[in-house]
Amino acid sequence: MKPAPFKYVLASSLDHALALKAEHGDEARFLAGGQSLIPAMNFRLARPSVLIDINGLTSLAGIDRPEAGQVRVGALMRYRALERDGEFLRSCPLFADALPHIAHPQIRNRGTIGGNLSHADPASELPALAVAMQAKMRIRSAAGGRTVAASDFFAGLLTTDLASDEMLVDITYPVLAPRSGACFMEVARRRGDFAIAGVAAVVTLDEERRCASVRLALCGVGETPVDAGAAALPMVGSRVTGESIDAVAAGVRELIAPSGNVHASADYQRHVAGELVRRAIRTAHQRISHAA
Amino acid sequence: MQPDQHEIELTVNGTRYRRTVESRMLLSDFLRHELGLAGTHVGCEHGVCGACTILLESDPVRSCLMLAVQANGRALATVEGLASADGELHPVQQAMHAHHGLQCGYCTPGILMTMTAYLTEHPSPSEDEVREALSGNLCRCTGYQNIVDAMMDAAARMREEAS
Ligand SMILES: Cc1cc2nc3c(=O)[nH]c(=O)nc-3n(C[C@H](O)[C@H](O)[C@H](O)COP(=O)(O)OP(=O)(O)OC[C@H]3O[C@@H](n4cnc5c(N)ncnc54)[C@H](O)[C@@H]3O)c2cc1C
Ligand code: FES
Ligand code: FES
Repeated sequence: MKPAPFKYVLASSLDHALALKAEHGDEARFLAGGQSLIPAMNFRLARPSVLIDINGLTSLAGIDRPEAGQVRVGALMRYRALERDGEFLRSCPLFADALPHIAHPQIRNRGTIGGNLSHADPASELPALAVAMQAKMRIRSAAGGRTVAASDFFAGLLTTDLASDEMLVDITYPVLAPRSGACFMEVARRRGDFAIAGVAAVVTLDEERRCASVRLALCGVGETPVDAGAAALPMVGSRVTGESIDAVAAGVRELIAPSGNVHASADYQRHVAGELVRRAIRTAHQRISHAA
Repeated sequence: MQPDQHEIELTVNGTRYRRTVESRMLLSDFLRHELGLAGTHVGCEHGVCGACTILLESDPVRSCLMLAVQANGRALATVEGLASADGELHPVQQAMHAHHGLQCGYCTPGILMTMTAYLTEHPSPSEDEVREALSGNLCRCTGYQNIVDAMMDAAARMREEAS
């Protein structure tokens, strides 16, 4: 099918884009990579009357380091640009694991991090990464700006905290801390498909190599990315062992409530999630550089 | 509602075009219907099948997931531009021919555009890497094996040409 008619405007500046959104509200959509919005328009699941193309806003297409230990990624950064940025991948290694799982190179050449997070597909990898890494989302509107924690940004199925006049402008991630290791893993039916379940894990040790903290978030098993940090609390304060990891996996199986879908029953999703938690924590732990 | 028209100017396979398009016209339809470049195929219109893959500058993208108006000022390449002016086929096309890498041919233009870009960036891929590079292009006919064989051969032909 083909999109229903709409008015197209190429935004000439961030202020221009925000003014248009303030004027048209829910009737208008930002067009970023178009890799979720255009399919929805082609099938007339989305029928915006105004399309605000933000692809010309180069100020949103960069990476910088606002403070030591932080990386700020502009909303318009495309997946492929992130995949090719070795320094970024070393700072935020969860992305090195996760990006190749997103669709196919042809989609990754267009799709943007801001579009991904604003679309808020719970099966997507990047919302889970944002929650695991406790990212901060910077939001702008014509009236002003605010910053929201990732855990508060994802409000429900394909729903975020963004108001109808707001744009996600950048996301700040913490650089992987010393004595830390990270791992993202997922299971999908085919390469590039959305995940049946996926797990992002970050393990940090203290100076005695005891577990200081574990960040854990899952995709594909709820209406939003699921923060499973609570299930990992029993590990904190002691050495990481096979038994302690198994206990966390069992805790996550209890914690989540997947609904099942055409590719996998809820039981299978729960099983896969538990196994992925086990493997992701083990790999994250193994990756902690012994020199550190 | 008045149709929302925009004037665009773009380059496809080195030729400049200037047209007026309605904003809702997909780039895939623009190439096929407005420019008559029907080598770009359309299968699903939601980004899954890969038949509509073209190069935007040098990056493979889904032309069904871009609006024609977004291509204003850009340089595109489609399957029509792969062979050289004297008609000699591109090494990837030669290899597809030699290895019987197509049957109905519906998926072929998308595969050619995806893989010429991939092999330019990765001149010596393993067979597994070729399979992964092909994962965004569906083929109903061949079972892929002959396409994989063709791509391994195409990589060798392209390495030879470059040396
Ligand atoms: C075949 C296929 C397979 C895919 N597989 C995966 C997968 O495995 N994993 C995955 O994560 N994704 C997958 N996707 C989706 C893809 O990652 C999209 O790129 C992503 O979901 C949306 O990003 P975009 O930049 O394309 O946004 P768009 O499609 O342009 O926009 C998506 C939504 O976000 C809004 N929006 C965009 N930018 C902003 C902003 N800065 N502020 C506020 N709102 C904004 C838009 O108005 C729209 O409502 C797949 C897509 C396809 C076609
Ligand atoms: S027609 Fe574009 S991907 Fe299928
Ligand atoms: S040759 Fe028929 S779809 Fe590939």
